[in-house]
Amino acid sequence: MPSDAPAIFPARGLADRLTTRFWRHPRLLLVLLLTPPLLWLGVVYLGSLAALLLQSFYSLDAFSGLVIPEFTLQTYGQLFTPANLNIILRTLMMAAAVTAASALMAFPIAYYAARYAKGRWKAAFYLGVMLPLWSSYLVKVYAFKLILAKEGIVTWVTNATHTDWLVSLALALPYVGGNSLATSYLGTFTVFCYVWLPYMILPMQAALERVPQSMLEASADLGATARQTFRSVTLPLALPGIIAGSIFTFSLTLGDYIIPQIIGNSASYIGMAVYQLQGTAGNIPLAAAFAVVPIVIMLIYLTLARRAGAFDAL
Amino acid sequence: MHSEPSLTLRIGALAGLAFLHLPILLIFLYAFTTEERSFAFPPPGLTTRWFAVAWNRADIWAPLLLSLKVAFLATIIALILGTLISAAMSGARFWGRDQLSLLIVLPIALPGVITGIALRSAVPMLHLDFSWITIVLGHATFCIVIVYNNAVARFRRLSGNILEASADLGANAFQTFRHILLPNLGTALLAGGMLAFALSFDEVIVTTFTAGAGAASKTLPIWMLDELIRPRQRPVTNVVAMVVFAVTFVPILAAYYLTREGGETAGAGK
Repeated sequence: MPSDAPAIFPARGLADRLTTRFWRHPRLLLVLLLTPPLLWLGVVYLGSLAALLLQSFYSLDAFSGLVIPEFTLQTYGQLFTPANLNIILRTLMMAAAVTAASALMAFPIAYYAARYAKGRWKAAFYLGVMLPLWSSYLVKVYAFKLILAKEGIVTWVTNATHTDWLVSLALALPYVGGNSLATSYLGTFTVFCYVWLPYMILPMQAALERVPQSMLEASADLGATARQTFRSVTLPLALPGIIAGSIFTFSLTLGDYIIPQIIGNSASYIGMAVYQLQGTAGNIPLAAAFAVVPIVIMLIYLTLARRAGAFDAL
Repeated sequence: MHSEPSLTLRIGALAGLAFLHLPILLIFLYAFTTEERSFAFPPPGLTTRWFAVAWNRADIWAPLLLSLKVAFLATIIALILGTLISAAMSGARFWGRDQLSLLIVLPIALPGVITGIALRSAVPMLHLDFSWITIVLGHATFCIVIVYNNAVARFRRLSGNILEASADLGANAFQTFRHILLPNLGTALLAGGMLAFALSFDEVIVTTFTAGAGAASKTLPIWMLDELIRPRQRPVTNVVAMVVFAVTFVPILAAYYLTREGGETAGAGK
């Protein structure tokens, strides 16, 4: 902070002279600090996104299989064929279902950790969520390949406890069922929930921890039952955290292409479409147009979440 | 009220935690199974011979070393860039600050497939080839935010007074950085670096888009993905899965302990 009296700087060498310059021109230091990361993010990341956007306006020549670098909306038009609309719709429904289920499963853990866990238990709860969150994604998916295999642990446990009819019943359900757990929507859904659940718990727990104890006491003093307090005090105050968590579960499900490829009924999702189109088909324009769909959806989602105050809970 | 959690809540919380942890434990069990052809449960017998088999497989060592190299380089780049942004963001208010914070988070807020396909479509436009270097490029981009998050949190706790005190005592900017800032940021940077390393080491989605063809850019997660889609020797994959888990487990745990203590920064608590 420059004051009226001139600052006195020692001048023992280049480092000192630079320090004096930084002091007299704080912007200079800021520019020096920001230039390398801005160059990286601007060129590598934004540059790539721009290239993606640009290519989505190109098209693929149906005969030669080459990309025609001319502006057209034709590629975006292809998104609206019934098959492609189906893929988008299926991905959205899966993302919504996974988000809702994760919120339901996450709530008891987050609530217990926020309200009741103390000291060592609190640390254990935190680690218990952090470790699965950070540990290897592929290993987690692989674990479910072991679990859901026909000869695997689910079959063994349900046979041993004579509850295999429950699995059969679930698999007989229209639409979500299938031949086996590993090849049905149910299986894909379970793995998605497993892999993204920690991303829901952490912001939810943070939001619940911020609900002041005094408000709960005030609610009880005013004669509310535990259930009423929960519904009209705790839940509304925790909602931004739930929405913050849903940003992750929703976004991660929207873009994933590995899980449905390994556990599922070979129905396609946006991520899979992007991967297959750019790979075997070499249709980068349509892959790019497909990739713009989750970007647009997430931008809308983020805007709505921001309005709901979810960003303060991140 | 609420002095004791209800039974439903206890069961819900425990069941949720079990759901998060039991599947990983199962992988450990399968690494020792004697069954080679299927994922039969319970394992018909236990053996440690798959560890020796995996150890002698040449096609695992190259991907493992490449993954370590990529994760190391991506972490270094992320550490430098992430620290620079956090220093700039914690100090001054400037135009475009909010936009910049959005830009930093974007690589992990948007699905990985978008970063992947974006790089996939951009690199050929610059007439560059895909190789392990393009993998590093992609990984460093989403690792920046991890380092940034850890560093910026520490900057927030760090009192600005100690930097001014250092200047008053005649230290120049570089001396202040070396003797005041770095020791205080140290553990936060270490934690951020470790998490970035863990993230890069097992990243697969961006990697599949940015990797070059052939064995020279086959990272361990890509090797695992191949095995997942076309299993060749299941017990070996189990062993590798266990190793990958262990390699990421250690830095995660270390990062937690490094950032756990809140009161160790100088000048904090004001």
